[in-house]
Parts: sequence; structure tokens; C-alpha cells
Amino acid sequence: MARSGGIELRGLEKTFSSPAGAVRAVRGIDVEVHEGETVALLGPNGAGKSTTVDMLLGLQRPDAGTVAVFGGPPEQAVGAGRVGAMLQEGGVLRDLTVRELVAMMAALFPEPLDVDEALRLAQLSEITDRRSERLSGGERQRLRFAVALVSDPDLLVLDEPTVGMDVESRRAFWSTVRELSAHGKTFLFATHYLEEADAYADRVVLMAHGRVVADGPPTEIKAIVGSRTIRATLPDVPLEELERLTGVTHAERHGESVALACSNSDAALRELIVRHPEARDIEVRGAGLEDAFVQLTTGEEVAA
Amino acid sequence: MSNPLAYARFELLRTFRNRRLYIFSLGFPLVLYYAIAGPNRNEHDLGGTGISAPLYFMVGLAAFGAMNAVLGSGARIAAERSVGWNRQLRLTPLSTRTYFRVKVATAYVMGILTIALLYVAGATLGVHLQAGNWLAMTGLVLIGLAPFAALGILLGHLLTSDSVGPAIGGTTAVFALLGGTWFPITSGAMQKLAEALPSYWLVQASHVGLGEHGWGTTGWLVVVAWTVGAAVLARRAYARDTQKV
Repeated sequence: MARSGGIELRGLEKTFSSPAGAVRAVRGIDVEVHEGETVALLGPNGAGKSTTVDMLLGLQRPDAGTVAVFGGPPEQAVGAGRVGAMLQEGGVLRDLTVRELVAMMAALFPEPLDVDEALRLAQLSEITDRRSERLSGGERQRLRFAVALVSDPDLLVLDEPTVGMDVESRRAFWSTVRELSAHGKTFLFATHYLEEADAYADRVVLMAHGRVVADGPPTEIKAIVGSRTIRATLPDVPLEELERLTGVTHAERHGESVALACSNSDAALRELIVRHPEARDIEVRGAGLEDAFVQLTTGEEVAA
Repeated sequence: MSNPLAYARFELLRTFRNRRLYIFSLGFPLVLYYAIAGPNRNEHDLGGTGISAPLYFMVGLAAFGAMNAVLGSGARIAAERSVGWNRQLRLTPLSTRTYFRVKVATAYVMGILTIALLYVAGATLGVHLQAGNWLAMTGLVLIGLAPFAALGILLGHLLTSDSVGPAIGGTTAVFALLGGTWFPITSGAMQKLAEALPSYWLVQASHVGLGEHGWGTTGWLVVVAWTVGAAVLARRAYARDTQKV
């Protein structure tokens, strides 16, 4: 374990009490991130991603389990200025300009980046003198990014970093992440966008209902959650027959229409059209993260 | 190297950009002073004490205004917490000690400005004091503000940005009333209660400017006890405050 200079989460658990009873936000997870790696924590809302991020940063104490960041407790890595974080809500004070806020943060760290460099990396060079309370959602998010990276940290933890950004900002944001990653920085980002995890992570940790349900390269995760469903109007064909089609894993009927869950929707579609030319209103859709998670975790939910 | 002074400079800059803070912290006591002392500017023997009205109200309002400003400055922490600023600060090497020092220093800047403005206002209504008197009064008032600096930081951590305004207003009003800011405390039981409050001793400190003698042992004990008590609680509140608000 000492070999990992990155992050090690072991058996983490966290339960919150709420008016509706105890909420088990994180139910015993193990995650490892190696130095220099870019890892996505992928899951739908309520999967426990933010709670995991909070524990990883030392903002919340786990009920059970251990956190090690660069071989020590998170407080130590944070105290040494080695961790930068972009929290979901955080870091934007009013009554200061963009540049002042970034400079204020820089003043707290031992070896910060040049403030102008941080502003450039976060695509804020055009609006350095704008007051923080007058920023759009995307600009505000970029300001959070600048605040996170101005300390020149070794590890950057980003919680839903691109929420509120337009397409252009997103692209620029990820290109900066790549640039920094190429310089050896370690990234852990939480997201509920499969495309982002797929495109930018070396590895994806899939979370649902407070558990890690899969951990592997993006292609592997995509195969799990990126499954597609074919829908068609097709009366009078037995489901068993449809389930025998290549690439179909499961078939369901809703009146006249059928839904075919597929591991390979291309192959399934070709065969469907050849064998059942009477099929109408054919529709192929990504199953969506939420659906995929529900399928992945239904059994566990019942057990829990 | 990290640079706490640069950090403190931005903290002050933020304070000075906040217009509402000016109006309520600095402007309010000033307006009150001219409203009360202005019409009585030629009263040189207030209630047969030989003290002039402009002087009497100047020292009282300096104490009240500074208390208000110092408490209010700490209370801004509630708003900072509500936007997640304090969580972000936890992810920096900023020490608890430096955080408190900067907060206390900012509160004191507001307190000192309030006092200075009241002194200038007093001068415009003809108040004259010996330099030694000014200094002794100001020095003791600044010490008497310490419990309020700690209390402000404590309240800023315990309350939300919605509730902190009324809470600070109420606290100030109760402290001012029971501390004898508006009228002298005379009844025995009230006197005992008043003497246990830091606001009473703050008013006593300001009365050094009227030729009184400041604090005896009780005064020092009460001020130190409130300061230490509030500081310990504030520190605990800060340590606990890492979750979303």
C-alpha cells in the first residue's frame, strides 16, 4: 500500500441522520487513485459521490474506514498545500473581483502559481476585473477552477466541475485538465455525465447507492452502463423469440410494443429487421445512467 | 511562502466594499449622535454632573457603535459560510490561529473607525479633552471590545445568514440596555446583573473620558472571562463547521 502515493480509501462508511431516518450515504467503499492518474467518480445524484469527496478531503469524518492522501491523513496533505479542490458550492465570495479572489487564495499557499497563469488556465483572462457576484454560472464555475488550481497542487479534486458551463467552456476546461495531467498532476473528478468520464478519465469508478459497483477503464464501464434499448411496435411475436436475437439480453412487452435491452444494439437491430420486417416505429436509445444504475443495484437494494 | 498579510488585505478590501456595512456600522452611531447631542450642544452641566452633553453622548455612542461594528463584523462569517467559503478555506494551509487573528483585526478596524468618527463628530460639537484622557479612554475601550470580537465570530459560526442580522441586532440592544448605555443602572439587582456583562464594562471604559476611573478587579475579571469563554466556544464552533450550511 505504501507504493501508492495517490489516494487510498478503505472501507469508508458514512451515515447521516435526517428527519426521514438514517441515510446511509456511503456504505463501505474501497477506491485507489495512483499518482498521475485521472479518475472519474461516476454515478447518479445521491450515489454518495460528494460525501466521498468530503471524506477524502477531510471535510467530513468517516464513520468507519480510512482515508490516505499521499500516504498520510488528508489534513496533512491539505496543510502542505498539496490538494486543490473545486467543491459543488464553494469559494466564491462577493465584493471581490475575479483576480482579487484568486490572489487572496494564492496568498494562503506556500508555492502558488502566478495569478495570471491561473486565470489563463481557467479561461478567465477576459474578465479578471469583474466582481464575483456578477458572474454567470459558467464563469463562476471557472472561477472555482482557478481557485482550486492557483495553489499548484499535486492532487485536484473536482466535484461536478462542468455543471453550468456551456459547450465551449467545457471543452476548454477539459483541455486544461489534460494539460495539467500531462505535467503529472493527479485528478479525481465526480460527475454524472458518462460522456465526460468516458472521454477524460484513465479509469472510472462507478458508484450507486453508496457503493462502488464497478471500477475499470472507461470502455469497460461504458459497456456496463452504456447499453441501449430498442423499442418497436411489434405485436404477436413471443418474447422468447426476441430474446434469441443476437445482442439482445432481455425483452419486455408493453401492449403492442416491445423493449429489447441490448448488449450490442447494432447487431440486434439488423437481425430484428431481417426476421421481423413488420416491426414499426423502431427507436434505439441509450439506457441512461439512472436506468443502468437501477438495473445494476436492484438486487443489492433488496438485500440492504 | 504563504502570505497572511496579503490575505488580510483582501479581507479588509472586501469589508470596505460592502456599503451596507458602512451605513449600519459607521453611519448609524454618527446619525444617532447628532440627533441626540446636536440639540443639547450648549448643555454643559448634564443632570448636575458638570459633564457636557456632547461629551457624554460622544463617549457612550463610541462604545455602543464600536460594540455594534465589532459584533457585526464577526457576524458576516455567517454569509461567508452560506456560500461555502469556509469549506474552501479548510482546503488551504490557513491555520485556525491566522483565521481568527485576521477576523479579529478586521473587526477592530471597523471598531476603531467608528470610535474615530465619533471623536471627530464630538469635536465638531465642541468637545475638548486632554490627550492623556483620550488615550486612556480609547485604550480601555479597545480592550473592552475583545469579548465582542469573540462573540461576533461565535455567532457568525452558530447562525445562518438569514438569522444572524436579527440575532446581532437583538444581542446589541440587550447588551446596550443592560450595560447602561442608554441610561445609568441604579437598582441593586439590575446593577448586579449589569456588572456581569461585558457591555457594562465597555460603557465604564468609555466613561474614563468623563473622568471616571475605569475598571476595578471585577471589571477586568468579567471582561477576561467573557473573552476567553467566547473565544473557546468560537474556536470549537469553527472546528466543527466543515459541513454544508
